[in-house]
Amino acid sequence: MPASARPSPEALLKQATRESRGAFKIFLGAAPGVGKTFEMLTEGAQRLRAGIDVVVGVVETHGRAETMALTAPFEIVPRRQFEESGRSVEEMDLDAILARRPALVLVDELAHTNAAGSRHPKRWQDVVELLDAGIDVLTTVNVQHIESLNDVVASFTRVRVRETVPDSVFEQAEIEIVDLPPDELIERLKEGKVYVPEEASRALGHFFSKSNLSALRELALRRAAQAVDQQMLDHVRAMGEGGAWAAGERIVVAVSEQPGAESLVRTAKRIADAMHASWSAVAVETARARGFTDADRERLASALRLAASLGATIATVPADSVAAGIIDYVIETNATQVVIGKSRRSLWFKLRNGSVVDTLLRSLDGVAVHVIPASGERMVAAVGTRIEAPPFPINAYVAAVLLVMLTTAIAKLLEPVINTNAVDLLYLIPVTAVATRFGLRPGLLAGMLAVFAYNFFFLPPLYTLTVTNPQNYVVLLILMAVAVICSQFAERLRSRALMGVRIAQDNAGLANLAQSLAAVSNHQATAQTIASEVARLFDVATILLDDEDGAIRIVAADPPLDALSPVDIAAAEWSFTRGEPAGKDTATLTACDWQFRPLKTSLGVLAVLGVARQDGRSPIGSDRSVLFAAVLGQAALAHERLVLEDDIREMHVLEERDKLRAALLSSISHDLRTPLTSVMAAAQALDGRNPDPALIGTIRIEAARLGRFFDDLIDMSRIEAGALNVEVEPIDLTDAVAAAAHDMRAVYGKRPVNLAVPPDLPLVRADARLLHHILINLLDNAAKYGAPGTPVIIEGRGTPDGLLLSVIDEGPGLPPGSEDAIFGTFARIEGGDRTGGTGLGLAIVKGFADAMGLSVAAANREEPRGAIFTIGFPRALLVKPQAPGFENGEAETGGDA
Amino acid sequence: MSGAILVVDDEPAIRRLVRGALERAGHQVIEATTAAEALGAFDSDPAALLLDLGLPDRDGMELVPLAVKRGIPTLILSARDATAEKVAALDLGADDYVVKPFDTDELLARVRTALRRGQGNATAPAVLKAGDVEIDLERHEVRRGGGAVRLTPREFALLAELARHPGRVLTHSHLLRAVWGPAHDGDVEYLRVAVRALRHKLEDDPARPRLIRNEPAIGYRLAAIGDRIDL
Repeated sequence: MPASARPSPEALLKQATRESRGAFKIFLGAAPGVGKTFEMLTEGAQRLRAGIDVVVGVVETHGRAETMALTAPFEIVPRRQFEESGRSVEEMDLDAILARRPALVLVDELAHTNAAGSRHPKRWQDVVELLDAGIDVLTTVNVQHIESLNDVVASFTRVRVRETVPDSVFEQAEIEIVDLPPDELIERLKEGKVYVPEEASRALGHFFSKSNLSALRELALRRAAQAVDQQMLDHVRAMGEGGAWAAGERIVVAVSEQPGAESLVRTAKRIADAMHASWSAVAVETARARGFTDADRERLASALRLAASLGATIATVPADSVAAGIIDYVIETNATQVVIGKSRRSLWFKLRNGSVVDTLLRSLDGVAVHVIPASGERMVAAVGTRIEAPPFPINAYVAAVLLVMLTTAIAKLLEPVINTNAVDLLYLIPVTAVATRFGLRPGLLAGMLAVFAYNFFFLPPLYTLTVTNPQNYVVLLILMAVAVICSQFAERLRSRALMGVRIAQDNAGLANLAQSLAAVSNHQATAQTIASEVARLFDVATILLDDEDGAIRIVAADPPLDALSPVDIAAAEWSFTRGEPAGKDTATLTACDWQFRPLKTSLGVLAVLGVARQDGRSPIGSDRSVLFAAVLGQAALAHERLVLEDDIREMHVLEERDKLRAALLSSISHDLRTPLTSVMAAAQALDGRNPDPALIGTIRIEAARLGRFFDDLIDMSRIEAGALNVEVEPIDLTDAVAAAAHDMRAVYGKRPVNLAVPPDLPLVRADARLLHHILINLLDNAAKYGAPGTPVIIEGRGTPDGLLLSVIDEGPGLPPGSEDAIFGTFARIEGGDRTGGTGLGLAIVKGFADAMGLSVAAANREEPRGAIFTIGFPRALLVKPQAPGFENGEAETGGDA
Repeated sequence: MSGAILVVDDEPAIRRLVRGALERAGHQVIEATTAAEALGAFDSDPAALLLDLGLPDRDGMELVPLAVKRGIPTLILSARDATAEKVAALDLGADDYVVKPFDTDELLARVRTALRRGQGNATAPAVLKAGDVEIDLERHEVRRGGGAVRLTPREFALLAELARHPGRVLTHSHLLRAVWGPAHDGDVEYLRVAVRALRHKLEDDPARPRLIRNEPAIGYRLAAIGDRIDL
């Protein structure tokens, strides 16, 4: 089988997810007014007529009678009221729809932003929740609201839409394009048939120009085609037909703190989509990161978040330089394409550090580098944010002045013994020291002061500043260069050391956490350890919650905390049930103070960890998100370990109990049997010596019967205690039947047993011991109830469903209607006066057969009259008729041909 | 060799009765109630050992390899459902087992078989007989009722292994290791198919085998000469 014919697991999973969720259809338009809502309502009405339970979740009629008339046939779920900055707003009532559980819900304006206080900030998130609940959704959206097209649309319409829908949502949907040629749309607009949204009205004339509408229309058509293409690819992959699988393309986008990072991310997403490639976003953390302002950090974090929401994997890597970080990451992830923004750095910066693009092109063979120019937003802060180390304390400059003064004093003392020309060398000492210790600027100051001091105190004419001496300039130049070089080397060393310390701290923190978690073995202590270690590592407040009988409860918190606000509890619950982050800095319930992250394991979500900061900043900065993910993983593992340990302990208890039960049964069995053995042996010893052998015979027979009763009782209690130990092996039925007949020879005596089990039946999988007992009991039963002297037949035959083995006697048969009841405990055939059984024999047959997965049935037969007991071996228990390693072309030996 | 049979059981009633049965059949008997006593009695070189596994001081199973090392034929007196125990004892080298409550005649027949082995045919005879089947180990020939029977090498190896221990139960594991090699310890399926083929070639009625007997869940035995071949 060619490898390409195997369905890819990811594609199958995607399809399975899609199949279990509600169906999702988006009516995509190029601009307002093309008739999306109309189309949606028309299709909804069709489904309604087809008998489907359709409700309107939200439809914006904009007060137009035409649209209102269209909504008339539907049940409309009342909207929910919210107070927002003093005025009342209505939003779709998600909980009411979930409670109502329609088959299909119509939701207008997918990109809508919900009022503050709603569960989700965006309506598309409500829709995702509806779909997850298995409810089908029809919705509408305009092309400019699609996240990855946001920049493109803004570039020609000059209207930037803030309300966007992630491409991932879009990709789950079936797309129906609602198309209207631009001329007709403009016509409708003039007739006042189009409701113009607020954001477009500002640039109305421009937005609805023919060229814009044509461009938007093309975008919409292209995006729809792309979605269809993607779905077809998924389908093809799930079917295992291979197809145009852009194998191996991996795209890495390098994001920075600079404005425009988000548009860079969107560009990368478009490239990745076009190539059907996986992609990742990487932020390189160099020494410069220490100089970032909060705004810089936030920009970087939001660019990474955007990338994650567009489906990228994200990473933050520490490195000496941006180029080195990107190169390492590209090599590590085997990426084939790199997307970077055009640098906005000064020429000076490039001269010192080299151009990142040049370095990448030089170092990455066979990797395409896309350099994307800045777009959209003004680069206001960018130029000013070339980063040096944080502002130096004043004492660095004081130290520079003092050191130069000290050097001058020493030089003055030494002047009599050394050449004046050597004095300038002495000034290298303060300049090197200051530049190395305090960085470039104090170094430059020291150099400058040194030149003045040298000029003033040592160059003739003494105690005057002469500017004519060319030596001055040379010395000045040298000292400045020394300051620059020293400060840079020192800076690099320092940043490396700092980074090393950071990494070491992170690793130590992780190791510490692992160690602390390994040391605790109960839930409370583990939760407390996680809470306090995370609080210490990230300098945040932490809280750990788990679920008890459906209600979320606080297990541990650092600093201690007894209660959360209702909105925080809602976020924690949401995170717990959905297994996704919720709260601050996430996509859901962002109004919270806390950010909740689920501890996901193979056993499901076991707990939720909340983190928060007093000052309201992001609890976990983007630079620490990777470490945080690692910590979450460890915490989840610790929880999983505890749950598994509990399971194992419980299993041990059960196992012990079973062992005890089995031991008890076999000891009872032994105790009952020992006296019987004595009785039987004693009777046998008396046999022949006693004047009345008949009496001895009675003792022997009755003792043997008593023995069988005991065995029956013990077997039955084993079955009922669930203490049967089934050991399956391949069995030849001919063989098994012969052994049972052999063991019953004392009971049967001269009475014939016909063995009609063909020796070419397939082997079966069963427990040989249990099967032997079944056969013995059935033979015993046949001996008891068959007419004396009549033959008993054991017959085996194959059927399409497996194998049947029947024990057939000649006699009165079973009372009609008792065919099932006969296998019950203590069931005895009515009127059977020759019984001599406990009535347990057949119940044991049934119990053993059930334990091995066999069926048993009883029936009557005519001509001659009698009973048939049949054991069925299902197909699954048959062994395929082959014996590898056995005959395999072996020649037979000996013989006379 | 003392020629006496060592009976090890902690139940006095059983010991007394087994002694009675054995003595009536003309054997001498030594009794032991504990494993320690039994070990002491090993020094008197008993002709065979009848061993109950549930002893007060030690697990009777520990005595099996010691007896086997001294060449004492060993029979296990066992409870009905102790399949795993029986197999373990047989794999340790015990000759056979008798299930309690036992039939005295059967016990005596098993003891006779064990004694025959104990009477030192360390080297098996070149030609073995079972029923009307003759197995010539040296010439790799099998005759039945005078006529030659064609066997594959595996079938012959299996029959020969059974014939070297006439009347004795050989466990599945023992036979698989001896005939197919240690790697095939668990492949009971091979054994079932081979036994089926052998019966087809050697038995009068393969559906009612007399020569190769099945001991369910334990193993196979070749009917010894003098064994009742009935039913």
